[in-house]
Amino acid sequence: MKITEQDVRYVAALANLELDAQETARMAADLDAILAYVEKLDELDTSAVQPMAQVLYDAPEEFTLRADQDRPSFPQEQSLGNAPERGAGHFKVPKVIER
Amino acid sequence: MSLDVSQWQIQDVRQALATKQASAQEICAAVLARIQEQNAATNAFLTITGDRALARAAAVDREIAAGKPLPRLAGVPIAVKDVIQIEGVRNTCASQILRNFIAPYTATAVERLEAAGAVVVGKTNCDEFAMGSSNENSAFGPVHNPCDLERVPGGSSGGSAAAVAAGMAVASLGSDTGGSVRQPASFCGVVGLMPTYGRISRYGLVAYASSLDHIGPFARTVLDVAELLSVMAGRDPLDSTSAAVSVPDYGKELAGSVKGLRIGVPREYFAEGLSAAVRGRIEAGLQVLRGLGCEIVDITLPHTEYAVGCYYVIATAEASANLARYDGVRYGHRAQDAATLSDMYRKTRREGFGTEIKRRIMLGTYVLSAGYYDAYYLKAQKVRSLVASDFSKAFEKVDAIVTPTAPTPAFRIGEKTANPLEMYLSDIYTITGSLAGIPGISVPCGRVPAPGATASASTPQLPVGMQVFARHFDEARLLRLAHQFERAAVSD
Repeated sequence: MKITEQDVRYVAALANLELDAQETARMAADLDAILAYVEKLDELDTSAVQPMAQVLYDAPEEFTLRADQDRPSFPQEQSLGNAPERGAGHFKVPKVIER
Repeated sequence: MSLDVSQWQIQDVRQALATKQASAQEICAAVLARIQEQNAATNAFLTITGDRALARAAAVDREIAAGKPLPRLAGVPIAVKDVIQIEGVRNTCASQILRNFIAPYTATAVERLEAAGAVVVGKTNCDEFAMGSSNENSAFGPVHNPCDLERVPGGSSGGSAAAVAAGMAVASLGSDTGGSVRQPASFCGVVGLMPTYGRISRYGLVAYASSLDHIGPFARTVLDVAELLSVMAGRDPLDSTSAAVSVPDYGKELAGSVKGLRIGVPREYFAEGLSAAVRGRIEAGLQVLRGLGCEIVDITLPHTEYAVGCYYVIATAEASANLARYDGVRYGHRAQDAATLSDMYRKTRREGFGTEIKRRIMLGTYVLSAGYYDAYYLKAQKVRSLVASDFSKAFEKVDAIVTPTAPTPAFRIGEKTANPLEMYLSDIYTITGSLAGIPGISVPCGRVPAPGATASASTPQLPVGMQVFARHFDEARLLRLAHQFERAAVSD
């Protein structure tokens, strides 16, 4: 096993996920199998290859950059429309700072 | 009078309205009745927008009564995958975390279809956040394939494919990141198109993997898919990756000859793992193309075997970033018993996300984490370049590429859920085109007996899809070839 349960707990904390003991064990096994498969990519010599981050096509700059002008944005009421908890025009959350 | 619209195409709607054989409201009501009748067995719809649809259809009827010219898609009932937003309509992404989310704005693609007169009858089931190949990852239960209810419809846009296959819509929208339109089209026996990356605006499509996400249409014919594409395609200032490339009237591009077109057949797609029955259908399909005067050329796409690994690094990395926004603060589910903010984030995401979502977020977070970025993410981006250059080299020699859409016909519900890697490998033929950003279509290419079933008259006949790829923004040629194939294959 390349991926340990400790690795899983570390990554879960980075991703703000909470896994119980059973899920952690299963996740370690699944990630291990998938990453072992992904290691196939190492068969390829990519030292002279440029990474591809996006599909590109020829276009002048003005097509992808808009003019820097202000535009109407989402009204506050609509922005708060799906809020689980709100108050005084804001989203409310549990306390952030311990006293 | 009971109107049967279950096999209608766009032209049937147009003709019925023009000749006053039926009103838009009657057509809409007939589709809604069909959904009532078929949805319990298929589970294709998560939300049925009956009142909204009838009101829109009434508006179309008023335009007709006022003698106004019929817009292009007047009264055409369409279904929309529940990851594509419509203002005021629930948008769940088939996830518990968004089960009560009401979309605050409408996707550009839907806005353009509605402006052309289309009537949205409902939002369709899918894999949670479009992550899956079988529609079994929905928080609201799997979709059942209308061709065989024991089998999956494919995924992730399984509900949209099933809706068209079962006559619950004339056409539908899905999203395709690694094959999520083409593979379910293949499994359900309908036409499904992934256009060139950037051809259709992604504004209003809930993000899964932004460099790979596409909106794509399903319909019963290539012509109808072309009609939807003509309406939806083109630059949208609200999506900076939407392409400023001119949009032809695709429906009018279908008629030309395909004689002399050079069709590449990549040998890597006919290797181990392809079902013999599917191979037989695709070979028969190639014969049809020969009969149309196409020249079939053996080609190689040598990096094909690396595409699935490459895709699952890039897609999960992007997903881990895109899904960070579901934290219970601004919208969606929030865990109730959390004492602190960070506790609330973790509990919310634990309760709200299904197993596959967590698996992909974990994988994506891992490959982007300190010490692994170069080894996995950067490596995958470089391999993506190699996969894309396979296609550009091939397109120097051929005009289109033909492959099976999927290695097998629809598999049984539950057959692959125990092994995520095996499920990922079912996307092997579609993922390559997604990485390259080229357009691809799946067109019906006959049916095969269910694997393992004894040959008898009652054996369910499962659809097989033939996939066609073309150069970037060459949808006109792609659709023409698919249309000519469809016509020849039907009369075959």
